[in-house]
Order: sequence, then structure tokens, then C-alpha cells
Amino acid sequence: MSTFEFLLQGLVIAAQPMNLFYALIGVTLGTAVGVLPGIGPALTVALLLPVTYQLDPAGSLIMFAGIYYGGMYGGSTTSILLNTPGESASIVTALEGNKMARAGRGGPALATAAIGSFVAGLLATIGLAFIAPFIVKLALVFGPREYFALMVLAFVTVSSAFGDSTLRGLTALFIGLALSTIGIDQLTGQTRLAFGVPDLLDGIEVTTLAVAMFAIGETLFIAAQGVKGPDKVEAVKGSVWMNRADWARSWKPWLRGTVIGFPIGAMPAGGAEIGTFLSYAAEKRLSKHPEEFGHGAIEGVAGPEAANNASAAGTLVPLLTLGLPTTATAAIMLAGFQQYGLQPGPLLFATNPQLVWGLIASLLIANFMLLVLNLPLIGLWVRLLTIPKPWLYAGILLFATLGTIGANPSVFELGMLLAFGILGYVMRVFGYPIAPVVVGLILGPLAEQQLRRALAISQGDFSVLFTSPIAAGLLIVAALALIVPLILRARGRGEVLSQMAANED
Amino acid sequence: MNQGPLNKAGERRPDWAALVIAAVLVAISGVIFFDAARLREVSGYSPVGPGTVPMAIAVVLLLLAVWTVIAAFRGDFPEREKQEVQPVAWVIGGLAAQMLLLNTAGFSIATGVLFAATAAGFGKRKVWISLPVGIVLCLVVWLIFAGLLQLSLPAGPLERLFQ
Repeated sequence: MSTFEFLLQGLVIAAQPMNLFYALIGVTLGTAVGVLPGIGPALTVALLLPVTYQLDPAGSLIMFAGIYYGGMYGGSTTSILLNTPGESASIVTALEGNKMARAGRGGPALATAAIGSFVAGLLATIGLAFIAPFIVKLALVFGPREYFALMVLAFVTVSSAFGDSTLRGLTALFIGLALSTIGIDQLTGQTRLAFGVPDLLDGIEVTTLAVAMFAIGETLFIAAQGVKGPDKVEAVKGSVWMNRADWARSWKPWLRGTVIGFPIGAMPAGGAEIGTFLSYAAEKRLSKHPEEFGHGAIEGVAGPEAANNASAAGTLVPLLTLGLPTTATAAIMLAGFQQYGLQPGPLLFATNPQLVWGLIASLLIANFMLLVLNLPLIGLWVRLLTIPKPWLYAGILLFATLGTIGANPSVFELGMLLAFGILGYVMRVFGYPIAPVVVGLILGPLAEQQLRRALAISQGDFSVLFTSPIAAGLLIVAALALIVPLILRARGRGEVLSQMAANED
Repeated sequence: MNQGPLNKAGERRPDWAALVIAAVLVAISGVIFFDAARLREVSGYSPVGPGTVPMAIAVVLLLLAVWTVIAAFRGDFPEREKQEVQPVAWVIGGLAAQMLLLNTAGFSIATGVLFAATAAGFGKRKVWISLPVGIVLCLVVWLIFAGLLQLSLPAGPLERLFQ
């Protein structure tokens, strides 16, 4: 069957009334949680994962896809109206969007962000549908050593290529990798690092770690800043609709943002932020009104917001075709797959095509729903921004612990939640990134499995890792991604890299 | 809570907090070494066993600890903002209380306590308002999630009234 037929079949599955209902719940919850200040898509997905526990795999993943896209839309609303981006990928949106909101043009800013996200999400999801089968074919020639090399590359780009310190990125990654070895070894059944504690035999839950580090760590960090005055929410004055000039100035940035964002997300390198920065720079250079940049230029909202959503859809390419999460959000989505014993990758396309294509099709549907939810109902979401901080964070912790208790109502699990929460707080205080820990925990066992398979085939000869051209090429790229930023930082050119820090997703 | 790096006016004094981090990394590395050595004895015949990867992780953690020490002496760590201890203590206390109360008092009371403690950490100290609000809110959440979505949330005296 051709891609087009598969996609059509997926649409039939996604359009079933129950699945439409799940998608609607997903986008609504995703937008509602994503709009809350301080909550990015990674945390949104981690918090809402338990809601999907009781559903069948297809329904759960469809709801999940809605949550993911909804969280992305919600984040842009926060950064435009509040100037405290909930996610690092929205920083650029806040740059121009908040200026527009202050100048009383919040409506058009929100509209261009929402429509730009829609256009980008639509094109990128179609791009995903058409590119995925090719990568699946490519992945079939991958053996254990190629997969291992690919994962090493993902480790390097997630932890140390961007951000402000190679040392702290690598430390965060290796803490995640160390945590990932806890529990029963998948290949030999030996118990590792459990020290006789039965609760540790199954290893550490990705959702527990992610919720603890993102929700509890962030809450502690915000609490530790002391009580400050409330952040100013810019009221949406006037019409949310864009005028003719706004449309004329927006449509090219939307398309350019999509073209910039999608390939960056689709590469096994991670980081939606890079695309938004590149798009912002491109729009600034190409604009007929460069003087408006920094004072609320609509192109500066339209382009980066499109790039942001396009690369969010792009990260699904390595996730679905290779089983390779390149962001914290994708890592948690992988955990969502694994709770049903599903391992994304080329095999899933062969064994469970309805599920994969249903998921891709439901992304298209979720995108339409989000456009409807976000334009006319924007006033409703804005009201969520005015929740006072004490109630907001009390509520966040309520739902953070609810998920853990719902998955495993044990004192030990809550103890781990608290311990990792404190770890997340301390890491924030000292400027360590959080995402590498989460990616290390989920990708660590997969990388170890591939490494040991490769070495088992070669009977312990390590040179086998470098003798395949693909694996050697990937490892060389990984080495460059590790060394080049080190040199750049040593020469004092690290600012650009630290701006691209992947803090949240 | 934590002192910022003290390298003002070009003075090079070690960043003690960073040295503590390095020590913690060494300790983690030691624990992994200890465990991996045991695994090597269990499955000694194969060159690549369950202990190989943990051993490699332990070695890298040790190297990172050395790097952290160097960074501490060079003052490479970013300036830290002043951290308020009291709000952090409220939130951690709330989480600990929830953990201990969960199985005896049930979901609503335990999580209500967490709710009130977190609100207190963010400046709402009127516990006689926030505690009842929290407990009622958690009871509603319990009814939705345990009742409709069938999550297994522990029941206490309050929840049993609705069962």
C-alpha cells in the first residue's frame, strides 16, 4: 500500500467517534495544562500520562498525541500574555509576542501564533507521514551497532551540544544513565543496584522521574525565589482576528518557519529551540520592517511559532521510525508506548500499522480541533493564567502526586518522587539541565541492549563498533558534536549555545 | 542556603558547593563499582556481561567528578540566586506528610495536607482556609479518578463515606 492509502486508513480509524472523543479530551487537557505558567509540554505529557492508563493502546496514544500538540499551543499563549515562557522553545515567541500584547495587539499575536502553529503542524504532520516509510526502510538495514551509534549521537546532542556547559550536561546525562541500570538486567536477569529492595527490581519509572524533576523540582525552585508580586497578565484588547496586513506579513514566515523547523526536529539531534532561533534570525533579516523587531513585529511571532510546532512534529520522525526520543517530551511519549509493551521503530510499522497510522492521522485531526479551541475560546484559557501562584502550585503538586499514586500507591514510590524532586531542585540551583536525565533513563537500557548485542555478535571485540561505515559516520558526528561546542565555549563563544539550551523539552 | 562562588575581584577560592557535588559523584561511582564488581564474579566467563556498562558509567562519573573539581577551583559554575529556605521546607514537609499519611488517612486528607503546605510555602499561610479547601478538592479528584477512571487511589475514613 502507498503512504496515501495508509494515511487514509489511519484517518478512518482516527475518525471513529470514540477516538475523536479521546482526541478532543487530549487537546483540551493539553491546552489547559500547557497554558499554565511554568509548565512546558514535557511536564504536560508526564502529568497527563496517568489519565490514559485505563484506555486501550490506540485510544491512549491518540489522546496522548492531542495532549502533546495541545501543550505546544498552550505554551505560546502563556509566553505572549505573560512573558514567562513555559518552555524554552517559546522564548522567541515571548520576545515579540509579549511586546505586541503590551501594545494592545495581543489578539493578532495569539491568532498568528495559533494559525501559524496550525499551518506548521499540518504540513509537518503530512511531512511525517511521507518521510516515515523511507526512514523505516533505511532503518531495516540498521544492525545493533548502527542503533548504538545513533543513540550515542542522541545522547551527545541532548546533553552537551547545546546549553551552557558540557560538564553539567554530561553529568546530568550520566546520572540518568546510572539510574537506568537499576533493576533486573534485560539480557541476563541479574539484579543490578537494587540492594535487595523489591520496589527497585522493575527499575525506576520514567514518569515518576519526569514528574518529580519537572513538577516538584520546578515548584521547589519557584518557591525558593521567595514571594514576589504577581506576574502581569496582558489583557487581550480588541479583536483576536488579524487584519489584511497581518495576514500578508504572516503567511510567508509560517511557511519559512515550517521549512526550517521540521528538518531540525526530524534529525536525531533534538531541540525544538534551535529551529525557533534560526527562524527568528531569518525573519529579522528578510523583513521589510526590521526596525519593528524588538518592539512587536508580527513576523517574529509567526515564524518561530511555526518552526516550534513543525519541529515538535519532526521529533516524532525519529521517535516513531527508530524508537529514538530526542527530547524529554518524546522520552515520556516513549514511556507511554512502553506501558502497553509497544516499542516504536520499524517493526511497529509492520506489526501494528493501524496504530501508527491512526496516531499520525489523529495528529492531523487534533490540529484542526486546536485551531477551533484556541481562536474563539482564547478568553477561557487566558483566565487560567490569572490563578494565584499558591493555588496554582498547590494544584500542580496535587496532580503530580496523583499520577504517581494512581500508577503505584506505595510509600516507596512517593519517597522516590520526593527524592528526585529534591534532586531536580538542586540541579536547577546549580544550573544543570534536566532533560538529559530523563532521556538517559529511558534511552540508557535501549543503548545498552544494542551495545551488548553488537559485542555478543563480535564476541567481545570492540572494534566492531567502528567498522560499519554508517556506525562510524554517526560516531564521528557525535564526537564532533561533543568537541566543537567545547572549543567554542573555551574561546568564549558559548553565548549562542547557551541561548539554545534545551531546558524543558 | 547556598553561597555563591566567591571569586570576586579575581580571587580564586574553591566553590565549596561544587566540591560537594564532586564528592557525591564519587560516592555514586563507588556504589556502582561495588555492585558491578559483584556482578563480574557472578558471570565471569563472558567479556561483556551485566556489569560492563555500569562499570563504564562509574568510570565516566569519576572523570566527571574530577572535571567538577577543576571547574570548582576555576569558578566555572554560574552565579546562584539566593534561595529562601522556609518555602522549600514547607513544600518538602507537605510532600513528606502526604507520603506518611497516605495509607492511614487516605488520599484526600493526605493530599489535602500537601495542598495546604504548598500554598503556605507560596505565602498563603491561612491553613484553616487552605486545608479544608484542599481536602474537599482532593475528595472531588478522588471521586472522579477513583470512581470514573478506576485509578487505585488509597481510601481513608473520608473516602469510605462515599463507597
